[in-house]
Amino acid sequence: MGWGERYDDAGEEVREVHVLAVDDNFVDRKVIERLLRSSACKATVVESGRRALQLLGMDEEMKGCCDLHGSQPKVDMVITDYCMPGMTGYELLKRIKESSALREIPVVVTSSEGIVARINRCMDQGAEEFLLKPVKLSDVKRLKDNMKRREAQPRKESRASAARKRNLEDEDSFAGPSSSSSTTSSPVSHGDRPLI
Amino acid sequence: MEKKQQLHRQVVMMRQSLFDQGYVDDQFVQLEELQDDTNPNFVEEIVTLYYRDSARLISSIEQALERSPLDFDKLDNLMHQFRGSSSSIGARKVKAECTQFGEHCVGGNGEGCMRSFQRMKREYSALRKKLEAYFQVARQAGPMDTASRSN
Repeated sequence: MGWGERYDDAGEEVREVHVLAVDDNFVDRKVIERLLRSSACKATVVESGRRALQLLGMDEEMKGCCDLHGSQPKVDMVITDYCMPGMTGYELLKRIKESSALREIPVVVTSSEGIVARINRCMDQGAEEFLLKPVKLSDVKRLKDNMKRREAQPRKESRASAARKRNLEDEDSFAGPSSSSSTTSSPVSHGDRPLI
Repeated sequence: MEKKQQLHRQVVMMRQSLFDQGYVDDQFVQLEELQDDTNPNFVEEIVTLYYRDSARLISSIEQALERSPLDFDKLDNLMHQFRGSSSSIGARKVKAECTQFGEHCVGGNGEGCMRSFQRMKREYSALRKKLEAYFQVARQAGPMDTASRSN
């Protein structure tokens, strides 16, 4: 299906990070799509939470995931706007986090307003980050780096233990599971903007 | 060769003036950074999409402003969407007028809304002319290395 198969220097297959972006605003969809592709991500951009859940494999009643014989594209991250008609970004976040099949997917919420109550609500519901719009290239880069770091951890551990066995120096400092979230201290980005 | 250099200089000046005169903000730079060999005209494309897409929003706001009594929630909602798009292309003055409009909605100030809306439309048109002129010269000048474009 063309997931952009690539290979790293060790000859291991490297899959592109697949981000599902959700925004009801046409211009914003175009911008986020370009942002993601510029950052070497595979981008699927949809205009509603409902559509997003469909793509993630939620059935019509939004109750559970039906496994369409593994034909759903694997989504590595969801970036959703908060204010959307129908299903809000918060509601989408909630559905994802309440689904046993989807809850591990990091969900980033974006908003043009940094309302503290809104941010708290999202973070309490398990959002990865809350970003002020417009989203920047540096935001996407950071999100991608965080993701890759998290994904690489199990592999790093096995490489590290193999390296230790060979008594070779392993430069990577692999952190324990508790530090997998690097954003708990400052979940809101664009720090110089005042929060209402 | 001389003509090319003149055009390049003109592009640089026109671009600088967009920032100096407050028409666009840092988001415009962000969009420029998304341009590359495969998407060399991204900024112009997104601006074109913006003007096309926002026309219907503006029309809806216009219609809503003709209602009596004014539905401030609806107006605020429509303007919020338009503000979002304007923000995404870095339209600084347009965005500022949208914010003003929003404040008048919250305050239930119909007169204020009308005034803001008129100002917004003026900024929206002025920006369009500036950007169209800029893109035209930029296209004529052809590709430039980023060093000569830097702020």
